[in-house]
Amino acid sequence: MMNRRQQLKLTEGIDWPIMGLYLALVFVGLLSIFAAEYREGDNIWNDIIHLNKNYSRQIMWLGVSAILATIIWLTDSKFFTATANLLYAGGILLLLLVIAIGKDVKGSHSWLVIGGFQFQPAELTKLCTNLALAKYLSSLETDFTKLRSRLIAAALALIPCAIIILQDETGLALVYFSFFLVMYREGLPAVLLVIAFSGIVLVLSALLVDKNILFYIFTGITALVIYFMRRDIRRHRSKLALILGVYAFCSVFVMFIVPFAFTKVLKDYQVKRINVMLGKENDPKATYNTRQSMIAIGSGGVIGKGYLKGTQTRYDFVPEQSTDFIFCTVGEDFGFLGSLIFIGLYVALLLRIIFVAERQRSTFSRVYAYGVASIIFFHMAINISMTIGLAPVIGIPLPLVSYGGSSLMTFTMLIFIMLRLDADRQMVLR
Amino acid sequence: MSVYNQPRKRVIQFIFLGMVVLIMTRLFFLQVVEKKYSKLADANAVLRKVVYPSRGIIFDRKGRSILSNDIMYDLVVTPINVKNIDTAYMCQILNITKEEFRKRITASILKNGSRRVSVFAPLLSPEAFGKLQESMYMFQPGFELVPRQIRSYPFAAAANILGYIGEISPQMMQRPQYADYNQGDYLGMTGLERTYEEVLMGQRGIQYLVKDNLNRPQGPYEHGEFDTAAIAGKNLRLSLDVDLQVLGEHLMRNKIGSVVAIDPQTGGILSMVSAPTFDPNLLTGSFRARNFSRLFTDTTKPLFNRAIQAGYPPGSSMKPLTALIALDEGVITPSYGFPCFGAYTYCGRPIACTHHNAGHAANLRLAIANSCNAYFVHLYRLEVDAPKWGGVKKGHQKWHDYISSFGLGHRLGIDIPSESGGKAIDTAGMNKLYRGQWNSCSELYVGMGQGQVVATPLQMANAMCIIANHGSYYVPHFVSSIDNDNTHLLDKYKEKHVVAHVSDTSYRSVIYGMEDVVEKGTGMIARIDNIIVCGKTGTAENNAIVNGKLTKLKNHSVFVAFAPRDNPKIAIAVIVENAGFGATYAAPIASLMIEKYLNDTISLKRKPQMMKTLNDVTIDPVVREKSKLDSLNGASAKMTTEQILKLYFPNN
Repeated sequence: MMNRRQQLKLTEGIDWPIMGLYLALVFVGLLSIFAAEYREGDNIWNDIIHLNKNYSRQIMWLGVSAILATIIWLTDSKFFTATANLLYAGGILLLLLVIAIGKDVKGSHSWLVIGGFQFQPAELTKLCTNLALAKYLSSLETDFTKLRSRLIAAALALIPCAIIILQDETGLALVYFSFFLVMYREGLPAVLLVIAFSGIVLVLSALLVDKNILFYIFTGITALVIYFMRRDIRRHRSKLALILGVYAFCSVFVMFIVPFAFTKVLKDYQVKRINVMLGKENDPKATYNTRQSMIAIGSGGVIGKGYLKGTQTRYDFVPEQSTDFIFCTVGEDFGFLGSLIFIGLYVALLLRIIFVAERQRSTFSRVYAYGVASIIFFHMAINISMTIGLAPVIGIPLPLVSYGGSSLMTFTMLIFIMLRLDADRQMVLR
Repeated sequence: MSVYNQPRKRVIQFIFLGMVVLIMTRLFFLQVVEKKYSKLADANAVLRKVVYPSRGIIFDRKGRSILSNDIMYDLVVTPINVKNIDTAYMCQILNITKEEFRKRITASILKNGSRRVSVFAPLLSPEAFGKLQESMYMFQPGFELVPRQIRSYPFAAAANILGYIGEISPQMMQRPQYADYNQGDYLGMTGLERTYEEVLMGQRGIQYLVKDNLNRPQGPYEHGEFDTAAIAGKNLRLSLDVDLQVLGEHLMRNKIGSVVAIDPQTGGILSMVSAPTFDPNLLTGSFRARNFSRLFTDTTKPLFNRAIQAGYPPGSSMKPLTALIALDEGVITPSYGFPCFGAYTYCGRPIACTHHNAGHAANLRLAIANSCNAYFVHLYRLEVDAPKWGGVKKGHQKWHDYISSFGLGHRLGIDIPSESGGKAIDTAGMNKLYRGQWNSCSELYVGMGQGQVVATPLQMANAMCIIANHGSYYVPHFVSSIDNDNTHLLDKYKEKHVVAHVSDTSYRSVIYGMEDVVEKGTGMIARIDNIIVCGKTGTAENNAIVNGKLTKLKNHSVFVAFAPRDNPKIAIAVIVENAGFGATYAAPIASLMIEKYLNDTISLKRKPQMMKTLNDVTIDPVVREKSKLDSLNGASAKMTTEQILKLYFPNN
């Protein structure tokens, strides 16, 4: 009887808005990959059957993703809480394995080759980390107001990040910082966000403004602050120490740490990309990708050139146009209005996920859902910003749209585990 | 906890939306406000391809094509597609080494990249093309054969007239008239190819193609709606008679000099030989660059068109003009006689005359027939010292004006470039030369065509036209018509120029004198049965600076003529440099050409004369030694005298 009811109501509890947005994005992705590759006269069916085009392989990955999604949907929610730590440990081992036996693809040592297919574990470990973080934050022993718990949570996110940096896949490593957004939601002090933001401003100003001038500015600001706060300082001597401490840190950071990082830690090409993005360098070779991408998107105009009419994306001017620069196709073929709708799909998905997250009873499910939203947001924001020259060229895919099996399957699993958890939101999961 | 964290949800939503607004703003500026990106996109993706029309064909007066188009093949390579080919076999066909093969592949990659097509071996020889075409399947897809249009000269004649085409130079591209040309375009560099470039080139078409990031064409842009079709160049029809041209080139072999033959009734040039000449096909095929440098450095200067660029003292051929001036001014009548006893002695140093007998200059007709030097230098003096001018300076200027109206001392305006104007000294020039202290004795030699008067063979032939026409001429030119002409290029050649209003009687005495030259005077060798040829021999003294010293060289052999006497059809000037008497070398050449043109054949009885002329070698042995001419002058130098004679006397 129970069995029969389950069979009848297979789709019961599914969040249709998210399902619909998922399908819409995947569909747009497929269209875009097709547009980037298709040439008049190609035999589409032949190409699909022989899997010799990116879009035909993407169709295959969609099939695989559908199977994975179905399996996840039929899995008990408790399975995910039970195996979260195990999966995390497995993920870390996989990442270490890649360092040992991985294959170099386009300068990053982050790929495994299994039966002719390339696979990037760094994508999958986002899922593992998200589960482990949810598991840790939802456990009864964790008191997230304690520093120790916060450090452990940060470590959970940063360990895979560090290993991935060792694999030279800086882009994906950066994604792990999105978990701090989740931690903020779970009680990490807001001051940390402010500090993080100030840090970014500090780095940018260190790069853009001459360090000596910056030092004078800091000195001036500190003097003014001390002058205006002289009464407070007389009462609490510690405030003076804090102000001077911040002043000292900022000065040292700007004068020594940033130059050091730029000359010794970061790779030449990374420095170059950052400089290009900041407009400090105008090397045509280094700006080629961004330039072509901006030409493609900019030439789309208000309503675009029409599907399959884009001259830039169709004739290989834009590099990596099926993967990292897939947004160019949307921008060129469908213009500003198309881009508006396209980004609107993401916004709807993100807001819906936050809505879903907030209706969970279990902390596990909520943390997990916020994790999904943060990861998708981070990917989307960095990827699109990169194609329009707002961010340096960081090779991370556009979720659900870019060509690539690892990415598509990871995001499918992320979303469907969340849908499964949401369907069981009446349960308390730990 | 959930409730406690409600504001944090808002903060996260705010972060998400803030970022999206930032992206949207940027997109708005990129796609809606900024317009430059669509232009940049077009520049990226639209390839403007020039479609070259075939160049116009040049026909001679009988409609035979003497400059047309031919197809040759280039072997082109796409380096990335070169895989598993029999390199040894290809090297063998192209006759290159394996190192050369590798070097060319590397050069192609460096020049155009490995995905684009580069020329591997340009303008294949017919043998190499034949072998490659048979075995092309072995070398594809890396190698392909691509046809290319080249100019071809079926008669291998008239090299300096027709000219050649060459790649436009960066200097030329800066000039406004070449604004439409791109680097790598070919255009006429010399001769008719250059003068009539605008009609010969036709109208280039433009094809817009969509290209990819490696500049590879991907198909027509917007289904070709912006394309324009190429229009073939217009054909030129010349007054040139290619048979006569070839004969002239044969006769002038192993000589340095020039022949110009003009139809006096139209000014159309029938033949223009500058010897030594060369096979114009040398400047079209695979070895163009090598051949050009050999021609350019040759000691006999085959690229120098002597017919319009070289100035010669006209010598005695000038005498009829001196006579016409004197007649027109009225200082003599045709019956004027001068007592010459072998020299002119009125101006200090005597000027020798070849005749001593009394009465050889008893009247104008006799003086011309006997070519009396004394008679004509005296005529010059009479002309400039005529009382009506009131002084030699004004008189000499008047003489110069006459000479000028006869087409000497300035460019005539022929329709091929680089014409030289020759020289005819005017009063200002005389003042400069003699610092103002001079009289009619100073340069009296000009009366007999020596000294301060220099003419090109073209000018000498044109002067013959004036006499033949009794005082008028058309500017000599090659092109008689352009197919579907809508230009004004030919207008100036339709205009009749009238000079020296001498009476017909006066003309007749000059013409009869010239007739006598051939009938019983110095030019008897030029006689043709049943045709009255009027001619004038010349033996032009000339000097050159040899080893820093002005040295007298062997005389130029000059002969000018027109025929027939009544209703003339051909006027001709022949100069053979440093050959000797005008009658010995130049006169037979002129005569044979007149006969060929008027009778369309050469009578058998002139075969010995023709054989002698073909065998005459007047090139200085030292010059000949240094010249690379024999290996280059394919048309006539390689043929034996017997072979050439066989062409004209096939049955004997």
